Amino acid sequence: MSVQENIISVIVVDREGVRHELEAPTDMSMNMMELCKSYELPVEGTCGGMAMCASCHMYVSSNHVLTQRSVDEEDMLDEAFHVEDNSRLGCQIHLSNDLDGLEVKLAPVG
Amino acid sequence: MIQTDILIIGAGPCGLFTVFEAGLLKLRCHLIDALPQPGGQCSEIYPKKPIFDIPAYPEILAGDLTEKLLEQIAPFKPGFTLGERAESIVKDDEDQFILTTNKGTQHRAPIIAIAAGLGCFEPRKPPVENLIDYEDKGVEYIIKDPVFYRGKNVVISGGGDSALDWTNFLADGIASKVTLVHRRPTFRGHPDSVQKVMDLAEAGKINLVVNCEVVGVEGEGKLEGLVVKHKTDGLKTIQADHWVPLFGLSPKLGPIGQWNLNIDKNAIEVDTFDYQTNIPGIYAIGDINTYPGKLKLILCGFHEATLMVQSAFKRIYPDKNLVLKYTTVNGINGFD
Repeated sequence: MSVQENIISVIVVDREGVRHELEAPTDMSMNMMELCKSYELPVEGTCGGMAMCASCHMYVSSNHVLTQRSVDEEDMLDEAFHVEDNSRLGCQIHLSNDLDGLEVKLAPVG
Repeated sequence: MIQTDILIIGAGPCGLFTVFEAGLLKLRCHLIDALPQPGGQCSEIYPKKPIFDIPAYPEILAGDLTEKLLEQIAPFKPGFTLGERAESIVKDDEDQFILTTNKGTQHRAPIIAIAAGLGCFEPRKPPVENLIDYEDKGVEYIIKDPVFYRGKNVVISGGGDSALDWTNFLADGIASKVTLVHRRPTFRGHPDSVQKVMDLAEAGKINLVVNCEVVGVEGEGKLEGLVVKHKTDGLKTIQADHWVPLFGLSPKLGPIGQWNLNIDKNAIEVDTFDYQTNIPGIYAIGDINTYPGKLKLILCGFHEATLMVQSAFKRIYPDKNLVLKYTTVNGINGFD
């Protein structure tokens, strides 16, 4: 995969196990929650990206090094279910060129 | 029976501002909200977050926006039914809607404005199999009366303030045994509450189970035990008379979804002419509605509310002419 004109490619596996390869711009201050919504994948993003609802809970299944969970994100994950070591809130994963090839799986709704 | 002109479901910013615009047209409003306080998401989810796209406010905290709106609508003396969820509507023979809440309070109005945002906030329920069978048979999502737990073996789940506070409270001579189960070893919430929980655990007065979550419920006809999964040690069963999972609130569309309104992806379809739904007399404004080009922004909700009340006026008074009057000319003439 190559990074061209600030577009990366990420894989989102939905709750039915279907893989979606998405083109993601890295120059629009977007995060994974917003990217999923823009492709009409079933991510609510209820709080609008403030790490305050956990409706964009997803698992990171590739080996990309992400920024550490903030205190807010960690606190919010306390109110989520099915939380694993690789759990993240999509709204806290900001799209950047080094995330080319990122793969995530949407967590169950709950 | 509470009678009004416009019955507003949802006391978030959009519902509150509707009172102002309706008041300018001499229409009275009454608001219903499932939460115990007005403000909707602004007061429940993010009161301390700044908002930057309210015109003329370069920055305003969501909680302060609520306060300002309440101040702005005060002259129009809105009524409130708080802590109750709008449940059902029927029409009477005078073309008025009768709306009943989950607590049985009845309201009557010719116009309903649904400004319910994401829906009503309800306790977040853990995805545990057969949980519903034990609701009110040992599983409660809200502690209404702590005395109910006197002498009982109570398990609380969660890591926030309510989990910590209730653990401390019930351990103080009320429950016979209190266990707090939490996903990780550290707690958010007020440092004093966290310290108190740690002290009680140290003194053996509560049972603190961390790196764990409840994954199963057991019992014959009522709750008797919980299956707890430890991050590394696997499953074990603990005894419990009561389990109180405290994982905050999340919004659900709820009973509104059963009112025969046209719904698309959890939002109510409206005509952008006046934000009326497929049921004449019922309007939907703010985050709860959808139409081509919809943006879920507070300022768009304010606009929708303003246009909506014009249409509502014409529905209530079909023979009266409506002239736009500027507040700069007429000022605010509130209700006595």
